[in-house]
This record gives sequence, structure tokens and C-alpha cells, in this order.
Amino acid sequence: MNIHEYQGKEILRKYGVKVPNGYVAYTVDEAVEAAEKLGTSVTVVKAQIHAGGRGKAGGVKVAKNLDEVRTYANEILGKTLVTHQTGPEGKEVKRLLIEEGCDIKKEYYIGVVLDRATSRVVMMGSEEGGTEIEEVAAKTPEKIFKEIIDPVVGLSGYQARRLAFNMNIPDELINKAVKFMSGLYQAFVEKDCSIAEINPLVTTGDGEVLALDAKLNFDDNALYRQNDVVEYRDYDEEDEKEIEASKYDLSYVALDGNIGCMVNGAGLAMSTMDIIKFYGGEPANFLDVGGGATAEKVTEAFKIILSDKNVKGIFVNIFGGIMKCDVIAEGVVEATKQVGLNLPLVVRLEGTNVDLGKKILNESGLNIIPADSMADGAEKIVSLVKGA
Amino acid sequence: MSVYVNKDTKVIVQGITGGTARFHTKQMLEYGTKIVGGVTPKKGGTEVEGVPVFNTVKEAVDATGATASVIYVPAPFAADAILEAVDAELDLVICITEHIPVLDMVKVKRYMEGKKTRLVGPNCPGVITPGECKIGIMPGYIHTKGHIGVVSRSGTLTYEAVHQLSQAGYGQTTAVGIGGDPVNGTNFIDVLKAFNEDPETYAVVMIGEIGGTAEEEAAEWVKANMTKPVVGFIGGATAPPGKRMGHAGAIISGGKGTAEEKIRVMNECGIEVAETPAVIGETMIRVLKEKGLAEKCKTH
Repeated sequence: MNIHEYQGKEILRKYGVKVPNGYVAYTVDEAVEAAEKLGTSVTVVKAQIHAGGRGKAGGVKVAKNLDEVRTYANEILGKTLVTHQTGPEGKEVKRLLIEEGCDIKKEYYIGVVLDRATSRVVMMGSEEGGTEIEEVAAKTPEKIFKEIIDPVVGLSGYQARRLAFNMNIPDELINKAVKFMSGLYQAFVEKDCSIAEINPLVTTGDGEVLALDAKLNFDDNALYRQNDVVEYRDYDEEDEKEIEASKYDLSYVALDGNIGCMVNGAGLAMSTMDIIKFYGGEPANFLDVGGGATAEKVTEAFKIILSDKNVKGIFVNIFGGIMKCDVIAEGVVEATKQVGLNLPLVVRLEGTNVDLGKKILNESGLNIIPADSMADGAEKIVSLVKGA
Repeated sequence: MSVYVNKDTKVIVQGITGGTARFHTKQMLEYGTKIVGGVTPKKGGTEVEGVPVFNTVKEAVDATGATASVIYVPAPFAADAILEAVDAELDLVICITEHIPVLDMVKVKRYMEGKKTRLVGPNCPGVITPGECKIGIMPGYIHTKGHIGVVSRSGTLTYEAVHQLSQAGYGQTTAVGIGGDPVNGTNFIDVLKAFNEDPETYAVVMIGEIGGTAEEEAAEWVKANMTKPVVGFIGGATAPPGKRMGHAGAIISGGKGTAEEKIRVMNECGIEVAETPAVIGETMIRVLKEKGLAEKCKTH
């Protein structure tokens, strides 16, 4: 799950990580009010969307007085920002962060992520702040320093100090940097983050170490124990079909094509997309109905696929293990009855209770095209959709 | 021969009184797996499918002599279930449970350092040695006994590959699902090493997917060490970057973990990669023929 920058900063503040003062604003008037409250000579107006690259897209402006705050807020609110992370359709700005400006001495990078190779959390730092870390990694990998953290002892003082020295943070600010890093690590583990990225971290003219930006992502599997994080969820930032799917614990990702897919198992679901593409079609979605799906869940999955107006045909590809084929079959029949399906539907069933599943489909009297294998099914649905 | 499990492996089921566990306990028993006990706290003294239930793993192990466990415990409690199994000094723990918070697994991995237990999973279909022992949730009937080892990050894709092999007459020594999570107990290299050392295994199918670099590392290992042919497949060539594709570990981030890159490295290391998931079996058979192993591997 992703949250906004201002929300990330709210969390970090609680862990003793220094962030600039600021307020969220939903309207132009609120933005001006927030700037008045801050009372600083320079105010930053920042678009709040779940994507990076906002600055380059014109979503971050520095205002020198209240009139400018009003002008910029007016300009950015409601604007659709297109960045390298939003896709070509962009994202509409509905919230602003109004923040005090600060006297930046130098920009750095700090990020905390899971290191899959060591199965540990790693903190990465670099004096090349402000640019994307992937770019730094490609051009000057020697400028990225890593500290692998033992989960039992946490981030040690010496590790934080070593990282700060490696990043060339000035001696007089090392202690503040260490405090910053400790707080950031604490927030990461206590809030079940999957990413905590501060880019840039800045040192200021008045001797502070501040998080100028904050990107916090969370482990979806841990949200059951992070109620306060869940409250930050912004539905405006998510695909409607993905929201609907998440209500039923279905794993769904919207794509651009016209062949709807319903599959069990993430690996098979991905490969089903791949094979549709291989035969010249375009998948409309990734959908894993999961292991413990009920007929009701399958029905909902079907409705979600059909709510995508681009969908011209559906391919159901099931290899039952934990998932029983008869449950899928019942769900397909029930869904087809409920929604009155008039698109081509190809179903391939294999695995646990396969005969029972096939029997249910055959006896349903519905126009379902059976497939003998994954390749057979993919070929059939692609040609049916193309012929339509 | 086989890897990890055989007809003598005694297994306990953690979380045996849950619905899914009950269903699969029955299936495993029908397959012939020696399920000797189950564990559910406060249900000790009862029975499931004729199998005695205990309150703790330690009690179950002491009473039954089990050396392996399979975990169906819900995600919030699954990490603790793994710890309990490791503490009871089991040789093998197979965790089926998906959606375990990743930071729980980071702690589990740390706890397991220096301990004797091998963890397979979490978020995996389990391990099966056809005709001998099935531990997990895979449909038993698609597997046949033979000489191909299978290792995979994905459950249903494993079934797909196994089904294709069996239908073409090529049985399997063991199929190991290592799971789709970013932090797991057993990785590709562990299983490849075991297959390399297993005299009955003549070739291996390795199924990966987008996210991380485990396939690349395994490919390098294969190039340097493997004496048997390896055929691969990578799921997710069409997955958009930055989106998690069902599995917690299946995500392309910062341009890393793409299918394209994995396939490139695997090819470079001498691993033939199937073009679609539908031809994993075919690709293996072609490679076996090239190496003169087809006759030796054909089992039925």
C-alpha cells in the first residue's frame, strides 16, 4: 500500500525523524490558510499524488508570498500530472502539501528496503541526493553505501555513523544524522514498511538534518496489524477495479488489453498473460483468485473482469491444487447467470476435482468453450476476440 | 532416491483442525503420506482423519517420531508456527501459508541461522516425491515417478510443468515448490544442489518469475556446478513494472527483476528457457534427446 508524502512525514515525525513543518490542503483557501499558519518567508506548494517525478511535471512550486501560494495552489489543484511513474494518462492532483521552505545546504539520499539476497533489511545512503537512486546506481555505484541490519539488534549506532561518514555528512551533523537514521529504521520495522525512501535528505543552513521528501510503502500482508496506516489509504489513487477486487481478497491488476483473465495462482496468472500475448492477443488484467476461493468470490471476480469495458472475451485458466475445479465451475456458472454474459468464454480446467468441474460446466447449458490445455485455451480466446 | 522426502518420512500437520488443513490431510493420507500427528493449541487429545492432535509441536514430535512438518496456520500466526517447528528440531518444515508479513520472515530466517531445520516456503505448494510422499496442496494424480527434478517459485506453474512431463511419459523424482515470497527458507540453488547430488535425478526443470535476482544467481551456480541439464521458464514477461503480480516477491522494481534479464542470464549459463508455459515439457524432452538422455528418462 502507498501513502502520500504528507502522511509519510506525519508518521516519521512520530519517530523523531525531522521533517519541515507543513499542512495538507484540499482547496486553494486551505492552502493559503496553511501558509499563513506557517508564517515563513518562503513556502513550498507540493502536489500530493502517489507517484514520483512531481517536480519535473510542474507539481512543486516555491512561493515567496501568500499571493503566490494562492496562484500556485490554484494552478496545481485539479491539474493532471504526467510523470514517468503515472503512465501517460497521468494523475489528478486533489491534495496539496503546504510546507515551510528551508535553506538547503546539500541534498543526500537515504532509503530502507528489504534486501532479498540476504533476507535482511538494508539501509542505503548516498551523497548523490535529489536524483533517482537507480540512476546513481547505474552511473556511480561506488557512491551508494549499504548497511545490512540484523533484526535482533536493529540499526546499530556504529552502522548509522559509518553510513553518515560514508555519505560525507559534515562532522558537526553526524549525531543528528544518526538520530534521523535510527528513527527511520524504527518507523520502517514498527510500521511494516516495504520501502522508506527519503530523497532528498537535506542539511540546512541552520544546521538541521531534514527529510525534504518521504516515500513510504507498506507490506500489504501486514496491514491487518497497522490500522493507523490503513486509515491513510486514498482510494482516489487506486484503480476502481483493483479496489473492488481487494474487498474480496482477489489479486487483480488492470492492464490495457481486451482479454479478461481469471486464473488461480500468481505464477500461472502471469504466464496466462504471457501466453495470450504470445498468440497475438492482449491481456486486460492479471487476476489470481487465490487458493481459498469460494463460488461467491469467483462470481465477484467475474463481475470485476466484466466491469472493464475493454474486455471482449474471457479466458478462465485453472489448475486446481488447493483450489477445487468444481468451486470454480460453480462460480463461473453462477456469475454467468447473474451478469448475463454475452462475450466468448473459454474455460480450461485441470487438477483437483477436475471431472466434477467439467460436469458442472457441461450441464449448465451455457455457451462455454472448453479448452484442453493452456495453449489451446489461449489460441481459442485470441482468435475468438479477433474474429468478433 | 529423491530429495527431501520419501516413503519413510513421518509428517505432522500444524494447524490441522482448520478447514484447508483437514481437506489436505485427507488428501495426503490417501496419497500414502505418513501423517502421524497434528498440532492445534487447545485441541490436544482430539483426532482429525484418525490422526492424533497435540497442543504443541514438541509433544507431537516426542509422541510420533516425526521428522517433518507442514504448516497450514493462518498468516498472522504462521511465523510463530515455523519457530515452534524449528525449536522442536524437525529436519524439514514446509510452510504452505501465504501472506505472512515479510518482516516476520526476516526474523524467522535470523532465528534459523545455525539450526538444523530446512524450511521450504512459505507461500508454496509443498514437496512431492511421486508414489511415495506428498506434503502440501498439489494434486497428487498428475505426478508420476521418474527422473526429472522440478523446482519452482509458483504452485500452479509447477503443476502445469509436471502435468506436461507426466503426459509425455516423463516422471519426476521430486517436485519442490520454494514459494513466491521475497524471503523464503529454501532457494533455487539449495534444490538444484540436492538434485545434482541425487543419483535418480537426470535433469531438472526450474521455474522462476519476475522479481529479485534468485534465477540469475541460480543460473550462475548451474553454469559453475551442475552436471545435469536444466530447462527453465520465467513467468511475467508481460507484467508491467512497479506492480506486484499476486506473489509478494513478483515485482519489477527500479528496472530490476525483469523476465527478459532472467532469460538472458539463464541462456548465457546454458539453461534452455521454454518460450511459453505450454511447452516446458516439450523443451525438456528436446533437451533430453539432444543429450541422449531421453530413453533413460522415459518412464511410461
